[in-house]
Amino acid sequence: MEVAVAAIRKIVGFFSNGSRIPAAAGIKAAVLSLFFIASTAQAEVLPEDSTDAMYHSYNGGGVTVDGPSYLVRKGDNKNFSVSANYYIDSISSASIDVVTQGSAYNEQRTQWSGSVDYLHADTSMTVNYSYSNETDYQADTYGFSISQSMFGDLTNVSLGYSRGDDDISSNVDPSFDETADHQNYHVSLSQVLTKKLLMSVNYDAVTDEGYLQNPYRNIRVLNDPNDSSAGFNFNTPETYPNTRTSNAISASFMYYLPYRAALKTGYRYYTDDWDINAHTADVGYVHPLWGKWILEFSYRYYTQTDASFYGDLFERPDQQNFMGRDKELSEFTDHTVGFALSYDVLENGWGYLDKASLNFKYNHIWFDYDNFTDVRGSPAVGQEPTYDFDADVIQIYGSVWY
Amino acid sequence: MNVKRIGSIILPLVLLISGCSSIEPWVKPYERAHLADPIMSFSRAPVSDSYLSHIYQVREGARGAEGGHGGGCGCN
Repeated sequence: MEVAVAAIRKIVGFFSNGSRIPAAAGIKAAVLSLFFIASTAQAEVLPEDSTDAMYHSYNGGGVTVDGPSYLVRKGDNKNFSVSANYYIDSISSASIDVVTQGSAYNEQRTQWSGSVDYLHADTSMTVNYSYSNETDYQADTYGFSISQSMFGDLTNVSLGYSRGDDDISSNVDPSFDETADHQNYHVSLSQVLTKKLLMSVNYDAVTDEGYLQNPYRNIRVLNDPNDSSAGFNFNTPETYPNTRTSNAISASFMYYLPYRAALKTGYRYYTDDWDINAHTADVGYVHPLWGKWILEFSYRYYTQTDASFYGDLFERPDQQNFMGRDKELSEFTDHTVGFALSYDVLENGWGYLDKASLNFKYNHIWFDYDNFTDVRGSPAVGQEPTYDFDADVIQIYGSVWY
Repeated sequence: MNVKRIGSIILPLVLLISGCSSIEPWVKPYERAHLADPIMSFSRAPVSDSYLSHIYQVREGARGAEGGHGGGCGCN
């Protein structure tokens, strides 16, 4: 039975980076790659040998992003496990920023990543590397983490560090050449609380330095600071601070119900020195059906305050040292409702394969912005409605274990 | 006096540490069947959860402490 808990899965993360930016948080995206693999396991085990093939699709706010993702993992069933992931985003964007400040575009982002896990007694170590490539953004990310089980495998502690180095160029200005560096420090704790209750606590500190803004996005400025009826323009580039430090801490719980089903819930608090504070809460319910099916429902709530230098409309081009009009830096709330269905195809294995599953996951997200307005059609200043949109997120994937 | 003071600090520490070393798992291995059920995983499908985290990370200001996963693409 010891093995039972030991078999609790290890989460494998794939670093990704880079971002084409018209209407996008490109550099922000690069930072995201820093987030570490965390383990929800108590006892240390290597990840299972498996291969996954996934089709993913995001459609919302005038943006469509889809593509495949392939993961292969193989170990020696003893100390080592190696993984490789190939991921593509095919992007077609006519987002509100693109519509108001530029023109629709298509592009592709490709990402390769790999990891090596090493297990020794109750300790496991992981090294990762990822490379992401777009026409105007290349990013390398390196990571290392170590995980230790203790107290009879009731507790697991993980520490991680990763670093990302980004090269940013521009598709419209050949002379544009900037860099950004990101560092992530991660600590997590997984704890068996009772026979039916698990807890996971995670903390991340992230620091960024370099070019953190969007080379394509401009701010909205009044044509005449003394006469709002004169309209506005998008002629002034954004200006962000060149450093950012953030802290995030979360706690998640998983409870086994009196019948065979599980309830999970979590909360995250986020704060950074750009004055963004955010709260995230989620709840999920997992229910097996007829032996081979697993059904899952989830809800997620997210809300954030705006960055100190965010503005929907500035009076003058030099109003502040730092100015931005990225809707991801504004004050907003979003809600997600999702369901997932998975089916065990080969419950008892077949030849070389131990098992296989087919999976479908759907999420619908509603974004509602408090101080980012919809200026399509150039409405009169003061008459702009606040912006909102919703998105469909679909994942279809198959997995085999061997 | 100093020795006593030092002792008053060290003794509880020693007891604490020795106590830690003898902590008995309050959930015995044979009591963990429910915890080992696949439905009790915080992430049953890492590839899928990584992707979903990436969707949020690109479109929200907050980042980190998601319990794993990576991901990123500024494609909004």
